[in-house]
Order: sequence, then structure tokens, then C-alpha cells
Amino acid sequence: MSPAPKADWRPRASRDILYKRAQILTNLRAFFHARGVLEVETPLLSAAAAPDVHLRSLSTIVRRPVVGTETRWLPTSPEYPLKRLLCAGYGDVYALGKVFRDGDESRRHQPEFTLLEWYRLGFDLHAIMDETEALLAAVLGPQPVSRLRYDTLFARFAGIESAYTAPATVFREALASAGKAVAGVDPDDRALWRQLVLTEIIEPKLAAQGCVFVWGWPEEEAALAALSPEGYALRFEVYVNGMELANGYEELREAEGYVERFARWNAERRRLGQPEMPVDAWLLAALRDSGGLPACSGVALGVDRLVMVATGAESIDEVIAFPVERA
Amino acid sequence: MATYSTNEFRNGLKFLLDGQPCVIINNEIVQPGKGQAFNRVKYRNLITGRVLEKTFKSGEKVDAADVVDTELQYLYNDGEFWHFMDPETFDQYQASAAAVGDNAKWLVEQDICSVTLWNGEPIAVTPPKQVTLEVVETDPGLKGDTAGTGGKPATLSTGAVVQVPLFVQIGDKVVVNTQTGEYVSRAKG
Repeated sequence: MSPAPKADWRPRASRDILYKRAQILTNLRAFFHARGVLEVETPLLSAAAAPDVHLRSLSTIVRRPVVGTETRWLPTSPEYPLKRLLCAGYGDVYALGKVFRDGDESRRHQPEFTLLEWYRLGFDLHAIMDETEALLAAVLGPQPVSRLRYDTLFARFAGIESAYTAPATVFREALASAGKAVAGVDPDDRALWRQLVLTEIIEPKLAAQGCVFVWGWPEEEAALAALSPEGYALRFEVYVNGMELANGYEELREAEGYVERFARWNAERRRLGQPEMPVDAWLLAALRDSGGLPACSGVALGVDRLVMVATGAESIDEVIAFPVERA
Repeated sequence: MATYSTNEFRNGLKFLLDGQPCVIINNEIVQPGKGQAFNRVKYRNLITGRVLEKTFKSGEKVDAADVVDTELQYLYNDGEFWHFMDPETFDQYQASAAAVGDNAKWLVEQDICSVTLWNGEPIAVTPPKQVTLEVVETDPGLKGDTAGTGGKPATLSTGAVVQVPLFVQIGDKVVVNTQTGEYVSRAKG
């Protein structure tokens, strides 16, 4: 292994950037206060974890008097407790705080980072995209904005028609003709080849497109979004200067839908030899007792990345006082 | 054979790709919020010198390449191979024309060179930053020109051709920068 870098006690982010960061946090809170969305704090030590196949949760041991020693999970997002608040009738809510994803470290990733997540009752996918657009304008100022359905995005930036249904070969050939060499992907894994077209061919082109909302994701990438009658997911991602900044859904409502997706993801984890995650029994109980999640949409937005865009930072550690290598 | 998983990828790591030794020069993790992670790797093929990119699904493994950089003394050329010696162990190595490449013209007997060994065989030779070579052919300069304002080509004892100041004469020894191929000074003594 490479030698440990020389210890440096100094903050990584400049004071100017931390000042801008504090201003943005104030602006975000003012934005939701003005719209009557309640700020809540959610647990950092949960009995359950997100079973999403590509999320790695961190855990710790908690010693509770009388009860004994328990494994508790650090959140990858505040989604489940916020949805319990929605089921309990607390209305529009948001959380702004740290979340944790093990193994994530890159120019755009840190294992602990700041996430803003909010939920709006009665909003459909386009209404929540409108609000996200307003929020970005409030923080970043006016900028060019476009809104593209996933298949339109693929047609425009990769020359691929029918991205929802095209076979794996179409995506493989697009990568090959763009000179992109890939190792380790099953030739028939359509969803993965499609994802590679997005990250290797399309995302670099979005760098020059300002703020791009991509909505209507393939069913395989629905996460906890509801499905449209056509079968695609009512999910959006917003890219700013080619960087993934926020992810939102018109939310899946039925308890059985949650049970089915959690089971499917844990089965996929078994297949891949990854640990299964304990499913959030509190969330499932909340959904069952209240006849499902009320009709709503929600968004998770990476605050560190928002600060990167606002300050022109190239790397996420430039906007964090003490990123992981100095934490 | 030792292997590396993508989570061990870092700059400078030597690995085998399609049977050829390569070195990682940039490793970028691509991790969509809801998707499979990949490592976007820029690497140099140590045989051809070409820089290429490949995207590895995270969790993939590659074989380690037994590649080491050593400091060896250049001994002589036998017409086919360039011979080197480890000054501490006295182990000898012979490098092919493919391994020496364009650097043949900067190899001076007794100089210490950086030699890259793959499975114990030289695959690349880097000469010292500066070498001293004798001028074997050049036009006579203008009389009285000592300022070195002009320039003229000079052929050196290894066959290298460099631009030298007008005052440099046949038989002079000159110091040359091997990275730029530029004249630095006349050698003292």
C-alpha cells in the first residue's frame, strides 16, 4: 500500500468556501420555512438499513442498559423515518444532515456527506421537479434548465432510440464505437450496459448543458419510485454541469410494493454474495397501519455537491472542513 | 499469482492486461447514486508506452505484474543487445532494441540508468537526465564567435544529433539534456 500522507491538521476548505456553505444552508432552511415544510431530525443509529443493492451501510455497536448490545446502522439517507412521519400525518417534512455510505470516496464522494431530503404531499413528479428547479435557482441563481425524459436523453446524446427496451447489444455497440473499453460486465446485462452509456457517453456531454432534469427512469432503476402506466419509473435525477446533484421520486405508496422491492434487493444481495440488510419493520408497519404512504413526492439532494457547483470547486473535499482523510 | 481487486487500484499500481504489463496513471471511481460502481482507469502499457482507458466493474480482479524499477550501470552494446549490471549484486541484464528504443543514443558506458524489469527482463531503459558525449562531426564555426548566439547541428559519438553553439568543435565533449535532446554546456576538462 502507498505510505500514509503526511498528517495535516489544517482545514481542507478555505474560510471563504465555508462561509458560502453556511449561507447555502441558511438559504435552504429559509426556502423550506417560507413554504411551510417542517425541519426534523432523524436517527443516526437505526435498527434497520437500506437494502438497495449498491448502497453499503456502516454499522456500530450500541450498549443499551437492560436491553443489551445491539447493532445499529448509520443512515444512507433519512428516507425511512421521514416516510414514517408522513404516514403519521405530520405533513411536509425535510431533514438536513449527515448520511454515510461505506466505500464511497472519489472526486465527488465522501463516506460521510450532507444530504437534504424533503417530501411534499400531493406533489406529482413534475410538481416536485418544479420545486427542485426553484430551489436550485434560489441557491445558484438563474441558469439554463432543460427537462428530458430518459429515452429522449439517450436519443439526443447517444443516438440510441427506445432506451427502455433496446437490447444489451445496442448499448455495447454504442460504447465500442465511442472507444470505451469495459471489463467485467456480463454481455447480456442490459441495465448495466445502459448505465455505462449514461456515465461514459452522456454525462460528459451534460457538462455543457447547465441544469438537466432527466425523468422517467427504467423500471430496473426505480428504487422506491412509483411506476407510470407505461411502465417506467416516476423518478428524476438532476444534473448540474454534468454532475448528479439530486434524485427524486413520485413515491411508491403501497406497503406490499415496499415488501416486494426490499425482498428483491436482498435476494440480489444474496446472489452477489453481499450481506443482506435488516428491513425497516417500523416503516412497513407505518405503511400498513395508514393504508400506504399518502400521495407525495420526495427529493434527496447532495449539499456538498451543491456547494461545489456554487463555488466552482473541482473536488468535494474542497468544500468540507475536514474530509475523511483529515477527519 | 497475486491479484488486485478494483478497491486496491491506485496510481502507480502495475498489473497485467491482455498479457502485457501496465501501470495505472489515473483511477477514477464512477458511482451513480443508485447504480453499480465502476473504476475508470487510465493506464500506460509499459511495453508500447501507449496510454489507454478501461472501465472496470467494481470488484473485478486483475493479475499483478512483476515489474520493478532498478538502477543499473550500462556496460556495452554487442551489436544486438545492450548490457547492464547491478552495481551492488553484479547481476547482469541484457536489454533488446525494443526495450531501449530511442534512448539508445543517450547510453554512455558506465552511466547509471533506470531500468524497468518485467519478470526479471528489461522492458524500458531511462538514461540519466544529463549525459556527456563527444562531438564527432560538425561544421567549423565562425572565428571569434564565442557568444553562442547562433547554432549548428553536431553529431555525437552515439549517433545523436543536437543543435550546438557555433563555437563547439569536433573533439569537444558536450553535456546534453536527454529528456529534451538539447545542448546544455561544454563539458569541463
